Amino acid sequence: MANKQIIKERRLQDDAWKVVTLVDGEAPFDVCLPVGPLLVPVAVWKAKKACLIHREYEHGTPLGIWLAPGDDLAEIAADLDDFTVIAVHFPKLADGRGYSTARLLRERHGYDGELRAFGDIGRDQIFFLNRVGFDAFVIGEGKSAEEALAAFDDFPETYQAAADQPDPLFRRRVA
Amino acid sequence: MTISSVGAGALGVTALTFLYPNLATRRIVGSDIAHAVPLTLVAGLGHWWLGTVDVVLLVSLLIGSLPGIALGAHFAARVPERALRGLLASVLLLIGGKLIRESRPQGKLMYKYDDYDHSIVQARVAQFRGQTERYLAGTLSDDEFRPLRLQNGLYIQRHGPMLRLAVPYGLLSAAQLRRFADVARRYDRGFGHFTTRQNLQLNWVKLPEVPQILADLAQDELHAIQTSGNCIRNITTDHFAGVAADEIADPRPWAELLRQWSTLHPEFAYLPRKFKVAISGAKEDRAAIQVHDLGLQLVRNDAGELGFKVHAGGGLGRTPLLGQVVQESLPWQHLLSYTEALVRVFNRYGRRDNAYKARIKILVKAIGREEFARQVDAEWAHLKDGPATLTTAEVERVTAQFAAPAYETLAENDLCHLAHLREDKAFSRWVERNVQAHKVAGYAAVTLSLKKPGAAPGDASSEQMEAAADLAERFSFGEIRVSHEQNLILADVPQRELYTVWHRAKAAGLASPTVGLIQDLIACPGGDFCSLANARSLPIAAAIQERFEDLDYQHDIGELELNISGCMNSCGHHHLGAIGILGVDKNGEEWYQVTLGGRQGNAARIGEVIGRSFAAAEVPDAIERLIATYLAHRHADERFIDTFDRIGEEPFRTAAYPHPHQSRRVANG
Repeated sequence: MANKQIIKERRLQDDAWKVVTLVDGEAPFDVCLPVGPLLVPVAVWKAKKACLIHREYEHGTPLGIWLAPGDDLAEIAADLDDFTVIAVHFPKLADGRGYSTARLLRERHGYDGELRAFGDIGRDQIFFLNRVGFDAFVIGEGKSAEEALAAFDDFPETYQAAADQPDPLFRRRVA
Repeated sequence: MTISSVGAGALGVTALTFLYPNLATRRIVGSDIAHAVPLTLVAGLGHWWLGTVDVVLLVSLLIGSLPGIALGAHFAARVPERALRGLLASVLLLIGGKLIRESRPQGKLMYKYDDYDHSIVQARVAQFRGQTERYLAGTLSDDEFRPLRLQNGLYIQRHGPMLRLAVPYGLLSAAQLRRFADVARRYDRGFGHFTTRQNLQLNWVKLPEVPQILADLAQDELHAIQTSGNCIRNITTDHFAGVAADEIADPRPWAELLRQWSTLHPEFAYLPRKFKVAISGAKEDRAAIQVHDLGLQLVRNDAGELGFKVHAGGGLGRTPLLGQVVQESLPWQHLLSYTEALVRVFNRYGRRDNAYKARIKILVKAIGREEFARQVDAEWAHLKDGPATLTTAEVERVTAQFAAPAYETLAENDLCHLAHLREDKAFSRWVERNVQAHKVAGYAAVTLSLKKPGAAPGDASSEQMEAAADLAERFSFGEIRVSHEQNLILADVPQRELYTVWHRAKAAGLASPTVGLIQDLIACPGGDFCSLANARSLPIAAAIQERFEDLDYQHDIGELELNISGCMNSCGHHHLGAIGILGVDKNGEEWYQVTLGGRQGNAARIGEVIGRSFAAAEVPDAIERLIATYLAHRHADERFIDTFDRIGEEPFRTAAYPHPHQSRRVANG
């Protein structure tokens, strides 16, 4: 099987991270953790925090977490330093909660590690995702990652401040 | 030169300096002055003959200039050539600068794009072209393309795609309206439909041509950005902004600031549901702010500082609700940061499980006004005084672009106009209904009616758009507005031109003298065009307009707001009509439910259903019975809605259902 690919630094790169999900009815502390760098759901992080941190310290396995659209940031706000990667899931293209999540992580909580978007996202979401603070993108199934690379430059200028631009245009405008 | 008098010295000397670089400046100045003698003599006599010479001004000018010139000529010979040229250049530069500065506000009645604005709209055109091409090539699925096309105003409708073009806060230049006319003719069937949200819809466009339509529009600073989809929509305002006598402050600069902030906002492109903002700057709300997701009312505090009373959670649709006040007086500096906090709360906590319960009004209702306001305040605490805080410089930059036009000083009443009013009954009737007072003496605001029997309310042909653009250009500083009652407005017409404007408007079919009367009804496109509709609105509108076509009858009935929607989405704002009509579907048949007592404005109120719904053929009779009830009960000078408020629903309900067994109440239909 070909390696999974991810867009980072505006190019396609191989990606070794695995997303751990809970199957229906599975208790968070029961979940079996595969080897290698993992993105775990919030419930698993809370249930197996000690074990996950141990893996990182003892085996050097980097640690990550993934957030569902409705997850409460307050639950992990104190732990942000523990994560090498925070991933935000977009189960449906039309569910835009993850855009607010990203801005809050970057602008409110000062998270400066990798912030990746994954799920139902593609070329037409990249520009906005990049603006709200994502710096890594796993393009959804059946969509072209190569095509998505072109989207970073869709707009030459933007009106609002966001994670990529601390000042709104009206503070930068030269008459 | 004879028109402006600029030139003799300023232009002449400059031109001569370039033509004869080797000639000494004092010789150039001397020759130019000498040449001016016969020239100005002829021009001066001409002006004298025309009566445009002010003797007092002439004498005082001569008293100063004659000794001045003698002294100047004497010293010019002694000043070195270089210094003289430098002096001349600086004086010309000063004059040039002053001319440019002074002429600017007169040419700017509306926001003019700079390079930044242009580049953003152009980029959106290119982006949408790519999206359309990928969809047509099959690499973008229906589901993927849907939110993208909706955010650019493109629906797939009964007859094919419908394209909704933005008219930001309802304001258009004559050139922009001509562009609409051209696009409607070139890519559609030669007409468009102005909506209750001040936009323009084209019902027959072809998908592959849409990118080119957008490219054409962009040449005149027009676009379709965020005219649909679950994002922040076009911002609407009072169609009398800037000219209304009851204005606290002009809402247009604030609408433009919000337009820029909301355009392609990266965080709010996939909200739970659409988000509509309206803003009013007058004492009387003409923008229906209380039925918007976010309604902003400009207010002044005791110190005279400007702020906003903020209403949130209003809306029509399936669950009609009026907005609740979440800020009594938000200082203007915080407009963007507070709005960002409010929309963020909606984005994070609005319902996404059921499209009918996803509007912000449901969130506000579910958690209550106080809790909602608390959540917004908690979010705002982090954003307040941050970079989104508006600066005086930016507000001034934008406000300067809405400077008042160069009004003439006119008498309060034009004598010719008064004579026409006396002598021409049809004209005076039009003035009574379609001409509104203006805050500047001698000016008036004119409503060009897009309502007449046989035409869908709000429809305008390309020829009508062009006629309206001509009128705007000739008589109203080249600017025109779209009202949420689906008419066009010329906001700044001199009273003395009203008679001419009326004649021309009449020739273009834009002068139905029925503004505010029953024929001025509001209706959505309904089942004839819209794929969401349960029933048709246009045949009902036509049947009512025909029934009440007689002008004397209409004027006798007086002001009456009648609104028709073809489905629960309520694009025809039926809840706000004194009489509201809602199309419903019963086992595949079209039926119409009637509501009474709705009103817009400061005392906005949602109308209530009076009973079982009517078959299409019954509607005109039912409406006539309701109106007969009003006529029988009204006191002098009472409008329909006033009589309704005084005597209550019962007499109307009894009249609407002459056969008692039919009058049982039904919940929905």
